[in-house]
Amino acid sequence: MKETQTINKAQGVVNAPVRITGSEAIVRCLIAEGVDILYGYPGGAIMPVYDELHKFRDKIHHVLARHEQGAAHAAQGFARISGRVGVAIATSGPGATNLVTGIADAQIDSTPLVCITGQVPSHLLGSDAFQETDIVGISTPVTKWNCQVTKAEDIPAAIAKAFYIARSGRPGPVLVDITKDAQFSELDFKYEKCKGVRSYNPVPKTNMEAINAAAKLINNAKKPMIVWGQGVILGKAEAELKAVVEKAGIPAAWTILGASALPTAHPLNIGMVGMHGNYAPNKLTNECDVLIAIGMRFDDRVTGSLDTYAKQAKIIHFDIDPAEIDKNVKTDVAVLGNSKESLALLFNALNKNKHESWLQKFKDLYAIEFDKVIKDDIHPTKEGLTMGEVIAQINIESKGDAAIVTDVGQHQMIACRYSEFNITKSNITSGGLGTMGFALPAAIGAKMAAPNREVVAVIGDGGFQMNIQELGTIFQQKAAVKIVVLNNQFLGMVRQWQQLFFDKRYASTEMTNPNFVAIAEGYYIKAKKVTKREELADAVKEMMASKESYFLEVCVEKEGNVFPMIPTGASVSEVRLS
Amino acid sequence: MNEEIQSFTISIYTENNIGLLNRISAIFQRRHINIESLTTSQSEIEGVNRFVIVVHMTENKAMKIVKQIEKQVETIRAYYHTEDETIFTESCMFKIKSDLLFNEPQIQNIVKESYSRIVTVNKDFFVLEKSGRRNEIESLRRDLNVFGIMQFVRSGRIAVTKEEMKVSEMLKAFDNQ
Ligand SMILES: Cc1ncc(C[n+]2csc(CCOP(=O)(O)OP(=O)(O)O)c2C)c(N)n1
Repeated sequence: MKETQTINKAQGVVNAPVRITGSEAIVRCLIAEGVDILYGYPGGAIMPVYDELHKFRDKIHHVLARHEQGAAHAAQGFARISGRVGVAIATSGPGATNLVTGIADAQIDSTPLVCITGQVPSHLLGSDAFQETDIVGISTPVTKWNCQVTKAEDIPAAIAKAFYIARSGRPGPVLVDITKDAQFSELDFKYEKCKGVRSYNPVPKTNMEAINAAAKLINNAKKPMIVWGQGVILGKAEAELKAVVEKAGIPAAWTILGASALPTAHPLNIGMVGMHGNYAPNKLTNECDVLIAIGMRFDDRVTGSLDTYAKQAKIIHFDIDPAEIDKNVKTDVAVLGNSKESLALLFNALNKNKHESWLQKFKDLYAIEFDKVIKDDIHPTKEGLTMGEVIAQINIESKGDAAIVTDVGQHQMIACRYSEFNITKSNITSGGLGTMGFALPAAIGAKMAAPNREVVAVIGDGGFQMNIQELGTIFQQKAAVKIVVLNNQFLGMVRQWQQLFFDKRYASTEMTNPNFVAIAEGYYIKAKKVTKREELADAVKEMMASKESYFLEVCVEKEGNVFPMIPTGASVSEVRLS
Repeated sequence: MNEEIQSFTISIYTENNIGLLNRISAIFQRRHINIESLTTSQSEIEGVNRFVIVVHMTENKAMKIVKQIEKQVETIRAYYHTEDETIFTESCMFKIKSDLLFNEPQIQNIVKESYSRIVTVNKDFFVLEKSGRRNEIESLRRDLNVFGIMQFVRSGRIAVTKEEMKVSEMLKAFDNQ
């Protein structure tokens, strides 16, 4: 059999069935899905696949992370900047469980991910075999779909379905667990992409009546306001959003994951909503007459107390996921479907309009925020560097063209508030799960997916140490990631809460930090530390000019706080400036 | 929408897949919702499973839960119905010492009056089966308890809806795509 059907190993995609092993089939499936980079870590139960990855290394580049969590986040960074499916691969047991945080993060942030895990041979399933873990059971609540494959012949269909489900509709992570015997045994391989699953309707039909009802509300509105989320980016609806905003003259705010879908400098971009969002859009959420939510899910960090959220407004909700409609906020008009199509339809039904005096309200409140918060954040005169001035410096050098990858904490809020974005898909951060340790590996994935773009990771001293080992991946892959650690010697965001709500009892938030520059240099990464304002501009300039990866530690004030802030349980209109 | 807590029967048509039970029960567990009963069986459509789940909650919550269930890739359709909108039943079995059947003439009357059925009798025990509404089963259990029950078991609710579900039409439409 093998003799008569000699396989061209480099060929990858085949039309007529060929007899190959399950492990080779896995790699050929990936190639057939257009995968050219994947992130992972080898081990016993996945070794046959690694052997094939080695054979196919000209077609598909495997990036060896330093921890499976790093591999998962790198795959997420890859997916977030490119809109393609990220792929992560790991062995059974601890390899698989180490992926789980990344999978959960991808689930809540709707990131398309295919994770492939090796599993113990099928005859050992359930026997507590070495490195056996029920990863299908463990990952069920945090995957869009998952399955276990125990027979080689089931591999192509499972992987085809996995890619289809991960990328279609509201994207999300899927996991395919493949036993070692399925990898070793042979099948007649033929790959067909999945075109549909009968129980799954990824994109609900857009209803013209709903569009017209929405348009009517918007056309009659005196004080309309848009809040858009990542659904605009996932639906590739940036141009349609811009067209709608401009035609109807509607002030538009974004959730953290919606950032960069409309350029920061756009005159109708009124900033971020939510706990640390801008003053004006938070306050005026409770003053608008029509609230148009587009591809966002009314997360509690966005709405604050639901009992007092936009009660005066008619709510229009555009979403691809019917389960989001009325989940947190009761809508008056729900428009299901893909954001690109529904916004295009809405555009046609909208009247040209301007809302000058309403927009002026946003500008007036911005002026207050600028005076009370922004000025001191980005042009400080006090002693001690601020996180805001570092971001402002990055803006100067990037001219708004960089992708900013952030971790979780104060630096994240500051970076998202002050970064300038000209290009969509440029704000890569862990929104829903708030996963510390996300940024460093996600930046690797982003840089590898978009090598021509400047990718700057902005990380706290706490989160940097959560996946610090990925410096090894940066070095080995020569990934030209720029890393900025904003070192306040605290788990800053938690410390801020302790200061505000726990009478300054700083329980376990102070960090005695290592010599970060020495660590970066230990990985042969160019590194610099800045402690004074005078050194900042040059250091950022040097970092941004570097063709290789570069590590910059900036020692910022220890007890800086992020404002505005909506305290937990408070209303959006109770947003505090100090 | 009705905000009072009541019984809802959730009917779910699914692909016959390993792990789906886990996925569906996780939706309840995550929200700290107690499942009153859960039954799964094959449905009227070849290869399609049907779950019948009974929960007590507000309609608003039931609607949200059903949307979350329907969102699962391998769920074909999910519905919720009030008691009035379904025809439902439960079944139960009693294992009782055989002597009682002969020594206590009352038992024979109870069996007859409750429309229950003797499934098997041997020299040690007999098994009684009954299906019906919860209150009928409960009253039978109370009546028999006086004489001593060796084993009692009751199934979850099974239900059909008065409304048409149109699941086959949906599947046909997919096949014709
Ligand atoms: C994995 C994980 N553990 C704990 C937390 C809780 N948490 C949120 S922000 C934060 C502090 C982050 O400190 P650092 O990375 O130094 O950033 P900073 O807030 O100082 O900018 C912590 C501990 C989290 N988000 N993720």
